Amino acid sequence: MSTKSNSQSSKNEGKRDFLIVSTYAMAGIGAASVAWPLIDQMNPAADTLALASTEVDLSSLEEGQSITVTWRGKPVFVRHRTPEEIKLAKEVSLDDMRHPEADEERVANEKFIVLVGVCTHLGCVPLGQKSGDVKGQYGGWFCPCHGSHYDHSGRIRKGPAPTNLEVPSYEFLSDNIIKIG
Amino acid sequence: MSKSKFKNPVVKWIDHRLPVFSFMDHELNHYPTPKNLNYFWNFGSLAGFALVTMIVTGIVLSMNYTAHVDYAFDSVERIMRDVNHGWLIRYIHMNGASFFFIVVYIHIFRGLYYGSYKAPRELLWILGVLILLLMMATAFMGYVLPWGQMSFWGATVITNLFSAIPVVGESIVTWLWGGFSVDNSTLNRFFSLHFVLPFVIVGVVILHLVALHRFGSNNPIGIDVKGTQDTIPFSPYYTIKDLFGLSVFLSLFAAAVFFFPNFMGHPDNYIEANPMVTPAHIVPEWYFLPFYAILRAIPDKLGGVLFMFGAIAVLFVLPWLDRSPVRSSQFRPIFKIFFWILLLDCILLGYLGAMPAEGIYVTLSRIATAYYFFHFLVLFPLLPYIEKTKPLPISISEPVLSGGSTASAFAAREKK
Repeated sequence: MSTKSNSQSSKNEGKRDFLIVSTYAMAGIGAASVAWPLIDQMNPAADTLALASTEVDLSSLEEGQSITVTWRGKPVFVRHRTPEEIKLAKEVSLDDMRHPEADEERVANEKFIVLVGVCTHLGCVPLGQKSGDVKGQYGGWFCPCHGSHYDHSGRIRKGPAPTNLEVPSYEFLSDNIIKIG
Repeated sequence: MSKSKFKNPVVKWIDHRLPVFSFMDHELNHYPTPKNLNYFWNFGSLAGFALVTMIVTGIVLSMNYTAHVDYAFDSVERIMRDVNHGWLIRYIHMNGASFFFIVVYIHIFRGLYYGSYKAPRELLWILGVLILLLMMATAFMGYVLPWGQMSFWGATVITNLFSAIPVVGESIVTWLWGGFSVDNSTLNRFFSLHFVLPFVIVGVVILHLVALHRFGSNNPIGIDVKGTQDTIPFSPYYTIKDLFGLSVFLSLFAAAVFFFPNFMGHPDNYIEANPMVTPAHIVPEWYFLPFYAILRAIPDKLGGVLFMFGAIAVLFVLPWLDRSPVRSSQFRPIFKIFFWILLLDCILLGYLGAMPAEGIYVTLSRIATAYYFFHFLVLFPLLPYIEKTKPLPISISEPVLSGGSTASAFAAREKK
């Protein structure tokens, strides 16, 4: 605003500034509200979200056996652990672990370990589900992509992965049926 | 020169090396535009807006669409029910096609009324007709994608038009289909072409604009701009006028999208395609109806197809059919009357295209078709010999600034 202007013209300039700012603000709000549906359509659709949980029957899973189920398009490892594996998982010291978590925190029923079967390094599926697989130095799972070793609790013990294998949220619907997600 | 034009040092640095800012400033800001343009000159920028809307919503829809006969219909229903805001995006795309044609048809009739196709704007006009043809092809193939009953039978009927071509017709149709009927191969290629043709349209639109900016816009008086006194810069005068027109357009568009989204569609297209059953009454989308009426008016397969394509082909040679040196209908009393008859004729053809091909409708279609071609092929070349045109003003400014009836009327009002 110029110093020379009288009160009338500075009042008009103030009005004009207000009109310009409010016009741009409305245009901005309009543009954002048009852009949002175009962006949000890439988020999971209602039918995708409806498939977000999986039920698994564990009654036929014998001690020492593993199964892989699909949950949200990703593999989930379910292993019926042997007493020996449980003992190893529980007794190991957490001090030198990269991502220290007690085995008790990672299981609902210590016989069954449920893990998202995706390496926390760069997303490969670790080996260790089949009896002939390489299971790594700690006997759990081993990721062949970049050599991450996981133990019987799915904790990272060696290799580049930053964190333990993720435990999905799940609950026991009965003694033998779990619902993942 | 560019040193003084921009204050922002980054803009200045870039513009010195890559003069995009100078270009935009020249073509969109200072661009001298006749000062007497009316609201009919809004429809070019509205068409551009519609094209961008169609491309943006189309890209987004293609992220959720499956081009396969077994999944296409369901994937469109999934867009409508499950994809976040999918119903909105699809309704914008669906109604956007109709609004694009509304805007373009008004744009074309504007050109016809004010003689915008005449020298030196012949190529500008021809590029426009080319855009219309590309739009028709794109719209037709887009309508096939939801794979409803109208999609399927529309595709069948339109592709069968080519079977009218002597000798090679059948082979061409088989080639278009990639099989012996409209099937998965057809759907796949239509999806591919429906995706790519809009970008071809963008290319032709750019040429259309280059041709436009060579001589600038025509104007309601239709005489050439004589100098800077006849023009005003595009910004802010016409940017504001275009934005106002755009807000009116968007209000109507939003009303259609939110309150009558299926008004311009056919309920039959919400029934999945069934190659065994043709719907009782098949009609193309409204924007094809005048051409469809011409097709049905001719009692011969090849003849109908030729006349239908001829209805558009005649537009390509329009600049040479109309021999009158006067552009605007304002100074052509007889031409002006026939312009309105042509407009009514096209609306009548559109109505007849939607009616069943029987009884009085067939007779009327034939009369309307005959008039359409009479108008372009006989009236346009002959009228300049008969018609006495009104005297043209000396310049765009002249009717306002000096003499003339308008100025004296203005002076008379001043006295009161």
